[in-house]
Amino acid sequence: MATHSFADISNRRIAGPQTPVQTAGALLAYLVLGILFGVVLSKSEVLSWFRIQEMFRFQSPRMYEIIVSAILTAALSLALIKRLGVRTVGGKSIEVPPKILGHGVRYALGGTLFGLGWALTGACPGPLFALVGHGITVMTVAIVSALAGTWLYGVLRPSLPH
Amino acid sequence: MNAMAASVFVSGPWPWWLAGPLIGLFVPALLIVGNAVFGVSSSLRHVCAAIVPGRVEYFRYDWRKTGLWNLLFVLGILVGGFLAAHWGGPQTVAISEATRQDLAKLGIRDFSGLAPRELFNWSALVTLKGFVLVVVGGFLVGFGTAYAGGCTSGHAISGLADFQLPSLIAVIGFFAGGLIATHLILPWLL
Repeated sequence: MATHSFADISNRRIAGPQTPVQTAGALLAYLVLGILFGVVLSKSEVLSWFRIQEMFRFQSPRMYEIIVSAILTAALSLALIKRLGVRTVGGKSIEVPPKILGHGVRYALGGTLFGLGWALTGACPGPLFALVGHGITVMTVAIVSALAGTWLYGVLRPSLPH
Repeated sequence: MNAMAASVFVSGPWPWWLAGPLIGLFVPALLIVGNAVFGVSSSLRHVCAAIVPGRVEYFRYDWRKTGLWNLLFVLGILVGGFLAAHWGGPQTVAISEATRQDLAKLGIRDFSGLAPRELFNWSALVTLKGFVLVVVGGFLVGFGTAYAGGCTSGHAISGLADFQLPSLIAVIGFFAGGLIATHLILPWLL
């Protein structure tokens, strides 16, 4: 039974309507958006180990102001997209696939493990790449290590509680 | 806009009310370009699927079809970091005095740059501190995000903006882990 629900999750995550548009033009746009995101991560300083420490010590509202205003902006945008029936540039209907709750264990446990790593490295995945761009080249080791972590998760997945 | 405001925009850190909403706008922007859901940690899975899928079911899918966009987005992030570093000059992060004092008590002396230089450099990797921060920390980022099915972008921004309960659980986990590492592990480690 348990293995069945994993298969459901992986099938839904891999196939289905959320396969993104990947025309040449769209791919170029994703690259450009990535560059802009790298700049925003830098100018917002959310990629700084110091800022992450300040956040987890509750010594400045800045990180919380950034995160909450980002969520509100994204939520408002999604509501507008739904209300106005906005479509993709190529004319497809926009869909955000729901995440599957299951027992919720994966979110609580996986989330906590990631949180540990976030405070240690001072970086979540986006900032890891941006920091390499900033010349902190030792972060390539953190990226390789993160790849090893993701790979080990893939191997252990059938025996982990989700 | 006068010249001084323009120079702050280019060189200084942006105020939260500019930075936060700009981050949030990546959610609709990626959806409108082509139904791509804002999230970064999937890129780690796609790289594994591309390089070392082995016989692991989790990595046996067409990464080009679902993940090429994400890999380009991540490549862009690296380039964006490079550009920001070069047009803005060296960055010193103006953290609060309380944080500075706490970190000084833990032995951190150099507050220039984005991360403590004495801990995040190649020669520190062979010390216990450097190894735990970079290697163990990186490993936990990769394992944890894969297990949780997302990171700060996918769960905290995309997921919470879409009112998804799994993302709320994940974000509570992010903070539980972060608080444990900050208040229990770092005082022992540093």
